[in-house]
Amino acid sequence: MSTLSVRNVNKRFGGLKALDNVNLEVEAGTVHAIIGPNGAGKSTLLNCFIGRLEPDSGSVTFDGQSLLGMAPHEINQAGVSRVFQTPEIFGDLSLIDNVMIPSFARRDGAFKINAWAAIRRNGPMAEKAMSMLCDVGLDAKADETAAHLSRGDKRRLELAMCLVQDPKLLLLDEPTAGMARADTNNTIDLMKRIAERGVTMVVIEHDMHVVFSLAEKISVLAQGAVIAEDTPENIKGNPKVQEAYLGGAHL
Amino acid sequence: MHPTSITKKDLLLFAVFTAAVLAGPIILKPIGAGYPDLLQKFAIYGIFALGFNILFGLTGYLSFGHAAFLGVGSYTAVWTFKLLSMNPVPAIIFATLMGGLFSALIGYVSLRRSGIYFSILTLAFAQMCYNMAYSVLTPITNGETGLQLAQSDPRALDVAFGRDYGAVLPSSDLFGLEMTGYPGFYFCAVMLIICFYITLRIFRSPFGMMLRAVKSNQNRLNYTGVNTRPYALTAFIISGMFAGLAGGLLAVTDPLAGAERMQWTASGEVVLMTILGGAGTLLGPVIGAGAIKYFENIFSAFNKGILNNIFDFLPDFLQQVAVSVSSMFVGEGWHLTLGALFMVIVIFLPGGLMEGVSRISNLLSRRRSDGGSGGTPHPEPAE
Repeated sequence: MSTLSVRNVNKRFGGLKALDNVNLEVEAGTVHAIIGPNGAGKSTLLNCFIGRLEPDSGSVTFDGQSLLGMAPHEINQAGVSRVFQTPEIFGDLSLIDNVMIPSFARRDGAFKINAWAAIRRNGPMAEKAMSMLCDVGLDAKADETAAHLSRGDKRRLELAMCLVQDPKLLLLDEPTAGMARADTNNTIDLMKRIAERGVTMVVIEHDMHVVFSLAEKISVLAQGAVIAEDTPENIKGNPKVQEAYLGGAHL
Repeated sequence: MHPTSITKKDLLLFAVFTAAVLAGPIILKPIGAGYPDLLQKFAIYGIFALGFNILFGLTGYLSFGHAAFLGVGSYTAVWTFKLLSMNPVPAIIFATLMGGLFSALIGYVSLRRSGIYFSILTLAFAQMCYNMAYSVLTPITNGETGLQLAQSDPRALDVAFGRDYGAVLPSSDLFGLEMTGYPGFYFCAVMLIICFYITLRIFRSPFGMMLRAVKSNQNRLNYTGVNTRPYALTAFIISGMFAGLAGGLLAVTDPLAGAERMQWTASGEVVLMTILGGAGTLLGPVIGAGAIKYFENIFSAFNKGILNNIFDFLPDFLQQVAVSVSSMFVGEGWHLTLGALFMVIVIFLPGGLMEGVSRISNLLSRRRSDGGSGGTPHPEPAE
């Protein structure tokens, strides 16, 4: 069953055709990677999923519901969580608060004046947040201020913030960009563990190491069009992909 | 989750705060502030700053127009006196509601923008209210003279309950207890304590956590499934209601409302109070409000004669110089002192007086534990 379905999406910026009749079906419970050279339209496509850009034509549906024209918070409430290229966290709050906020957002919805109930530091919400921090290996830093974390730890925190919401779909925009090798490997391991739980993921990535160790299916974008969609093994051997994306070099 | 009560630590904080406010006349006597007129101001501006801090301290939205709500509260209270009753309870209820109504309207429009544009919008609205109070709204505000009570006011409720003030100009009273002197202060003090409790609950609630998240990273919060604008608007309305209540209390203690209460300098003053005390902290704004009103009282009371006495020990020529220099900082010019004080605080204690308090307590606890594992991180500087 496909959860995210992109049909005939076109997007033009002036004379530039950024997305050219893109079709994409993401199966539930799989990791789907979108790769392509710089300027291929990867980020434009992602922005169409999350309500930042409105495609000129075509449809983007999630579980049968159109995502077009929805506000970011509505898309999240529909079950889509997003990890940004530069980790977006609540820098001046503690790690535990960072994870509790999405948890409250999932429980209370987009807006609720919950001003009289005290947050219990040992209640179920705090416990849930703590177990998420434990999952990503940040439990020892729970009371630290998030802005002081390393890049890799910020990414782990951001993943914990998404996971605490039990998302149906997790969108990741270059999750290992700007990371040291050790951090990258840690992050890959973490994402593998997330995938094993059956969370559907769409990953946009430059790093081939990341893509081939994670993805079950890969779509290759070049000049705004999907030129191939296949398993990692077949993509490696696909001459069209090598030509467009790898400049003819053999993997 | 069951709504739970606040922690023991917060309960202790609230108990200490309550005790300190109620014992204010005794505690503040040694520094010469133990008289009701000034204490009353501490309490009223403390409420104003507490409310402002819910908006600015938590969400980071810097409003430059909160004096408008203060003024609206005062006008509403005086009108309630005139039309209904000299009892302060209906006056402050209507003042609070009117503050809330105005802040809902102004907040709804202003919150379409953030940062400096938001500040400018709120400033523009407040100046609009101020100018309208002086011009087209004169039938309601009585323009430059200010809105005053009159013997001939209808006071429908008072009349209905057979209360007759006779031929004198009435003053506000709570079931026979006149709202001047200490009863007036304690009425304001009880309101301050109630407001402090409400603020404490908000600070510790999921709602308060969302407001902090609005300040920290609105983009992330949106992608976390939260609609940020209603949160900011609710904070704006709550702070507007606090301001309306403060304005109402000003009218309770002195039943006269003038437009100058809405001027932008009054809006700036609450910003100074909050930053001086420590934006985003619970106690800071109350302390900041107290400090500013105290210094205003001390420094504006100085005059040439007092200064001459102070510098009497100097030779004549130097006395003249010292007096003319220092006279710029006192009396009418006390704002210069306030400015200097504010600069010193912002440069050396960006987290306000509360940062000073926490630094000192860190220093003490570190010394006690003989250089144990480092202190807590300093609070973020106010924006």
